Amino acid sequence: MSNATSPSPEAAAPVPASRAPLLSVNGLRKHFPLKGGLFGRTTGVVRAVDGVSFDVAEGETLGIVGESGCGKSTTARLLVDLITPDDGQILLESRRLGVDLDVRELRRHVQMVFQDSYASLNPRLTMEDAIAFGPRVNGMPAAKATALAHELLAKVGLEPRRFAGRYPHELSGGQRQRVNIARALAFSPKIVILDEAVSALDKSVEAQVLNLLADLKKELGLTYIFISHDLNVVRYISDRVMVMYLGEVAEIGPVETLYANPTHPYTRALLAAMPSMDPDRRTEEAPLTGDPPNPINPPSGCRFHPRCAKAEGVCSAGSPGLFKLPSDRHLVACHAAIPGSGHSLAEMPA
Amino acid sequence: MSAAAPALIQIAAIEKSPGYWAGVIRRFRRDPVAMAALVIMLALVLMAIFAPLIAPADPYRSSMIRRLRPIGTPGFPLGTDELGRDMLSRLIHGGRLSLLMGVTPVFIAFFIGSAIGITAGFVGGKVNTVLMRTIDVFFAFPSVLLAIALSGALGAGIFNGLLSLTIVFVPPIARIAESVTTAVRKIEYIEAARASGASAFRIVRVHVLGNVIGPIFVYATGLISVSLILASGLSFLGLGVKPPEPEWGLMLNTLRNAIYVQPWVAALPGLMIFITSISFNLLSDGLRSAMDIKA
Repeated sequence: MSNATSPSPEAAAPVPASRAPLLSVNGLRKHFPLKGGLFGRTTGVVRAVDGVSFDVAEGETLGIVGESGCGKSTTARLLVDLITPDDGQILLESRRLGVDLDVRELRRHVQMVFQDSYASLNPRLTMEDAIAFGPRVNGMPAAKATALAHELLAKVGLEPRRFAGRYPHELSGGQRQRVNIARALAFSPKIVILDEAVSALDKSVEAQVLNLLADLKKELGLTYIFISHDLNVVRYISDRVMVMYLGEVAEIGPVETLYANPTHPYTRALLAAMPSMDPDRRTEEAPLTGDPPNPINPPSGCRFHPRCAKAEGVCSAGSPGLFKLPSDRHLVACHAAIPGSGHSLAEMPA
Repeated sequence: MSAAAPALIQIAAIEKSPGYWAGVIRRFRRDPVAMAALVIMLALVLMAIFAPLIAPADPYRSSMIRRLRPIGTPGFPLGTDELGRDMLSRLIHGGRLSLLMGVTPVFIAFFIGSAIGITAGFVGGKVNTVLMRTIDVFFAFPSVLLAIALSGALGAGIFNGLLSLTIVFVPPIARIAESVTTAVRKIEYIEAARASGASAFRIVRVHVLGNVIGPIFVYATGLISVSLILASGLSFLGLGVKPPEPEWGLMLNTLRNAIYVQPWVAALPGLMIFITSISFNLLSDGLRSAMDIKA
């Protein structure tokens, strides 16, 4: 096992693993029924998120990567209960949603920034009203909420005097996304979910917003869940990375371990597909071919096996499940990495 | 306690952007066709309001010896009708009932239809299905037939005419309201508002209403011309306004026997209906383009 001998990432980990996680997700599942036919019968099920579990420690940034349609955004929406999960638990500070934690409180602590900066702002509201809406809903007097909105505008680098009275169409994409961040911060949340929040921005603006996010995190002690398909950005901002494939977690681990030692063939393929700045460092592993299979009827066993170069009989027979590698906090769902799985590349059990 | 707290908060002065509606008005004023339609419409409304002051003669006074005089007859600039009444006075007075019959049903249907449509669109699911499929039942009938059938069943008269026209216009407005609301509901700022923990009612009031009322209003303005024509049609069939009241549709009906004798006089009420409905239509077009933020 190559990972056993690799340098331990613990030293770089910002948070001791022993502490109770801030947010804990267990077996989260959401299937969307497909209605069709004459009487709206259910003709199929999209397995958007199928048994996803992960923890987020206080103060860290968890990056979530994966192809389009792998369930990243659905996971994000499930976390703030914009979509109700079919199954699974969401625990915030060990309090379980629906048991001793209500949705209102969860949403106050977990806020979200969406990809489309324009669509996420009401075109009829000024920026100060847009930011003040959340606090006012939660009972803050109007004047205080407006003052808070001005303060937050300044905090995200927009001069309140100039921007508070403006409408969304009068702002640039980067400015709008700053407003969206300010709006999320108006709740004084513990966790901010950034769902492709910088993906639609120009590269230079993207860098500015990323720096702003890093500054805010330091200043306010925030925890981020950063969803993106841009592996470079994820590497820059994340402490840990979770790779999703067709509604399941393929691999999760500290960012440097995962980028240096990708264990799941899918992670390897993703990293290999990253454009390199160095012409001598050419892609050696064949990049992925074809589209991801349809999540309506996902492949049996390991969902990646139809596209995997190392697939064997065992891969289509059963789902591997997340296996904890010897290097701490690095989990992978691949038969080839699980000792005794029956895969020819797997170690024999001791 | 809470009353004293806001006094301590100081909010710095900000540069206020001109609001959305200020922009709509600015764009509308730059549109010559829409402005012309607005002026004509205002003139018609003023004419209807001040009809007794403007009309040169009594619209009810008939005379058997001066029936169907042509346009330009001294004392009767627009001629006389089949009972010898002054056409100009009758047209001026006719605007009152015609505009009332045209605008009122649409105005009432605007509120009822918007309420139904926004509820169906925002709540979605089964509520949407029940409300919208019920609305669809009304769509099975052509609007003219529905108005005639309802009026016929309720009996002739202004109030019943208004009522049946209102019922006719609720379904189309509700359908537009529903489709606009459904589209708005899926935009991310509604998701963001939901993530803030706001109640459905508050989300509708702050985030939905302002974004859907414009398109619904534009559509309703366009319906006024249809309502005018339908109302005139009901009167023409003897279901709306009864003689001897001056009303353009009814006048068109009673004058149709005179079409070979005095075609121009007989066509005058129709011309009024045409001018009114086209100015409402152009007004609605102008509003639509003025409200389009990307224009």
